[in-house]
Amino acid sequence: MKTVGKPVRKKDAMQLLTGQPVYTEDIAPAGCLVVKLLRSPHASALIKSIRKDIALKVPGIEAIYTWEDIPKGQRRFTLAGQTYPEASPYDRLLLDRRVRYVGDPVAIVAGADEKSVDKALSLIRVEYQVEEPVLDFHKAKDNPILVHPEEDWESLCPVGADHKRNLCAHDETSEGDIEQVLSECDIVLDRVYHTKACQQTMMETFRTFCTIDPYGRLHVVSSTQIVFHCRRIIANALNIPKSMVRVSKPRIGGGFGAKQTSVSEIYPAFVTWKTKKPSKIIFSREESMTASTPRHEMEMHVRLGAMKDGRIRGIDLYTLSNTGAYGEHGPTTVGLSGHKSIPLYGKSEAFRFVSDVVYTNVMSAGAYRGYGATQGLFAVESAVNELAAVLKRDPFSLREQNMVREGDVMPAYYGQVNSSCALDRCLSRVREMIGWEEKYPARDMGNGKIRSVGMGMAMQGSGISNVDVGSATLKLGDEGHYQLIIGAADMGTGCDTILAQIAAEVLECEIEEITVFGADTDASPYDSGSYASSTTYITGKAVEDCALKLRRQICALGASLLGCGADQTEFDGKSVTRTGGGEAVTLQEIAAASMCGNEIPLQETVTHSSPISPPPFMTGAAEIEVDTGTGEVKVLNYAAVVDCGTPINPNLARVQAEGGILQGIGMTLTENITYDEKGRVLQNSLMQYKIPTRLDIGHIQVEFENSYEKAGPFGAKSIGEVVINTPLPAITDAIFNATGLRFRELPVTPEQIAMGYAQKKE
Amino acid sequence: MLVNIILNEKKISADVEPDLLLIDFVREQGCLSVKRGCETSNCGLCTVFLEDRPVLSCSVLAVRADGKRVTTLEGLKEEAEEFGAFIADQGAEQCGFCNPGFVMNALALFRENPDPSEEEIREYLAGNLCRCSGYEGQLRGIQAYLEWKKSNRV
Repeated sequence: MKTVGKPVRKKDAMQLLTGQPVYTEDIAPAGCLVVKLLRSPHASALIKSIRKDIALKVPGIEAIYTWEDIPKGQRRFTLAGQTYPEASPYDRLLLDRRVRYVGDPVAIVAGADEKSVDKALSLIRVEYQVEEPVLDFHKAKDNPILVHPEEDWESLCPVGADHKRNLCAHDETSEGDIEQVLSECDIVLDRVYHTKACQQTMMETFRTFCTIDPYGRLHVVSSTQIVFHCRRIIANALNIPKSMVRVSKPRIGGGFGAKQTSVSEIYPAFVTWKTKKPSKIIFSREESMTASTPRHEMEMHVRLGAMKDGRIRGIDLYTLSNTGAYGEHGPTTVGLSGHKSIPLYGKSEAFRFVSDVVYTNVMSAGAYRGYGATQGLFAVESAVNELAAVLKRDPFSLREQNMVREGDVMPAYYGQVNSSCALDRCLSRVREMIGWEEKYPARDMGNGKIRSVGMGMAMQGSGISNVDVGSATLKLGDEGHYQLIIGAADMGTGCDTILAQIAAEVLECEIEEITVFGADTDASPYDSGSYASSTTYITGKAVEDCALKLRRQICALGASLLGCGADQTEFDGKSVTRTGGGEAVTLQEIAAASMCGNEIPLQETVTHSSPISPPPFMTGAAEIEVDTGTGEVKVLNYAAVVDCGTPINPNLARVQAEGGILQGIGMTLTENITYDEKGRVLQNSLMQYKIPTRLDIGHIQVEFENSYEKAGPFGAKSIGEVVINTPLPAITDAIFNATGLRFRELPVTPEQIAMGYAQKKE
Repeated sequence: MLVNIILNEKKISADVEPDLLLIDFVREQGCLSVKRGCETSNCGLCTVFLEDRPVLSCSVLAVRADGKRVTTLEGLKEEAEEFGAFIADQGAEQCGFCNPGFVMNALALFRENPDPSEEEIREYLAGNLCRCSGYEGQLRGIQAYLEWKKSNRV
């Protein structure tokens, strides 16, 4: 292959590296109204009264909106970027009389500049009727205190939701008789694991600007992964026709799922629609940490049944997920905690997976890379590591014995056949890379430090089967260059480049000969958006098919110029030649001819969806050093091997893996979210919420073991999400191997390790 | 307050509010490469040179730069392109939002220490957060650039 599989530079690389103004705030028109939100200081309250008269007198203030400005009878909606009808409940209003977490918007203020808006924010007088919140997610289900008591709450899909029970979703699935199988097992491990509401912490916070276009429509420019869903959400929130909304995205300063929820768009959209003036909102870091859309906190109760010989026979998982004040992505993330962890153990005879998703009065959760699989894999993979310890088995060989292989049917993965899988090769290669033979389980370095190793496996999906839609438009322009138009969102991942590589491979041209445009609801063909690890696999396939169709059109026009049938021609990327003869027309000549007296379109659009979601697989292993005096853990080396099918661009796939792994390491060791007794997030800045710096990691080594997925473009599956999952079980098991301490709640802090170790020694 | 600031070798006289931050001043002057990633001096995105020394422009008042030279990435185009190409060859720029601050501070490192060890690189750039890359690709890019520089010097 000429372009696919090559580490070409990202098309926008030099623009980004030289600091060109390509992000939302950089291109917002001068003179935009500044929009900010007054937020609730209470976790649960009813607004008794709001006085805005004094605030309105501040010079420069254009408008202040409160719940009283929202039309009565307005239908609720969700901010979750999902295919309609969304699984997430319609439980929000633009502004509501009831506030449900510390940070819930109370008023929208728009003014000429930040100073006047800040002043006005401080002059709005709100009288609250403070109510008792539900803060403990263990006590939320069937609590008499309801987060959503309102009658107009709606659930559009059968996800087992019941707002009168604080239930955002409930589900039960199983295969075989789990109780029978567990009763026959020699060993049943019964363990509970807990992960927190970690933050995506993309460097660019949420931001949006809005203008009115020449037709009187609302044009929303936003840092979003989901332009099309965003259009629907904004129209729902403003109660205006979808035809009146256009959404486009410039460059995005990171997403990781955060921007799969319309966190910031609806507020300036409302301001601009009302005032007909341009407006913008830029979330502060504090707002991004306290009023956004973090990972769902989950508690997972695993029962793992096995025989003395190591054969895993059954997995029983109950997941309790905390969706917070609103249900964005609540019903869907929880599913992955079981459906993308249990299938790794393909030989088990039975499984059961039960889940509850509950409302509480904390910040609403959302989509974050891994989307529930991260949490579930931490639980299941940790339980398997614990089983290995109990059986005194090497964790690698226990996986060898039990793991899913190519061709296996995966009952817990909707019965899908494992069509492409190199997990066995990933496993053996990681073992070599980390030097497991010499380093397992631990070595005392004699200076109060212990070095140890631990490992874990992971899977994810490639798009949502039978739901996600990817499209591509390709057209031939002057001089024989191509334009690729997409609705998927490059958020730094490099999909503009990867999709162009796929097109270039089919069209037999250089990647420089393809320009990419996206994403804009007015111009792009429909695409669900960039999430659920869908873009390379789903949109990539659309690009491949689209390029094949365009080739046929090029031949058709070439044939008409040559005076022969299209089936008598060949196209080599440069010219169309009459089969067997020497007569040829160049691509440039064909492009020119297409613009003069022509009726053969040199423009194609293909839309693609997939009935399956082939899992990428991965194995990761950590070598850590524990300082037994301070409890500090340093990851010296992280080795990982990924099976993402064919890596379309090995450089970009590698950096995806390295970045995802470090996020997983952060989630394991430093990234904590805690609340005070009033429900306030304590980690509200980068000072308290510690994402890893470059001093916090030794080296990350990534390799690929390719399978070939027939349903994907050139054999490709996904990579974006699977890569975050392995550090959690790998590092916690390495900590156990070093200290004998088993931690089942993340993050594992130095205090916990130091105290635990000291206690153990006594 | 009236300030005279030499921004990217261009003399600018401006009447600024006493509490105006340098980051907002340079962005107002069109230097949009300078980004804000936090409000707590933790992320390094807003790094500019004040008299050739890297500073966090979110933590410096514009009036502090009165009579001084301020350099942003807009004023270092050639250097940025030369070094940036090595990051691009790793695909490590990713979303790009942290790139200007990272590139600025990397250039400051190279000026101060043309042959830094891996540890020196990590320490000097510890204040430049990146959420996409895991830093490994940035490190490879820096090392490849230093190698290239070395071979060019000979």
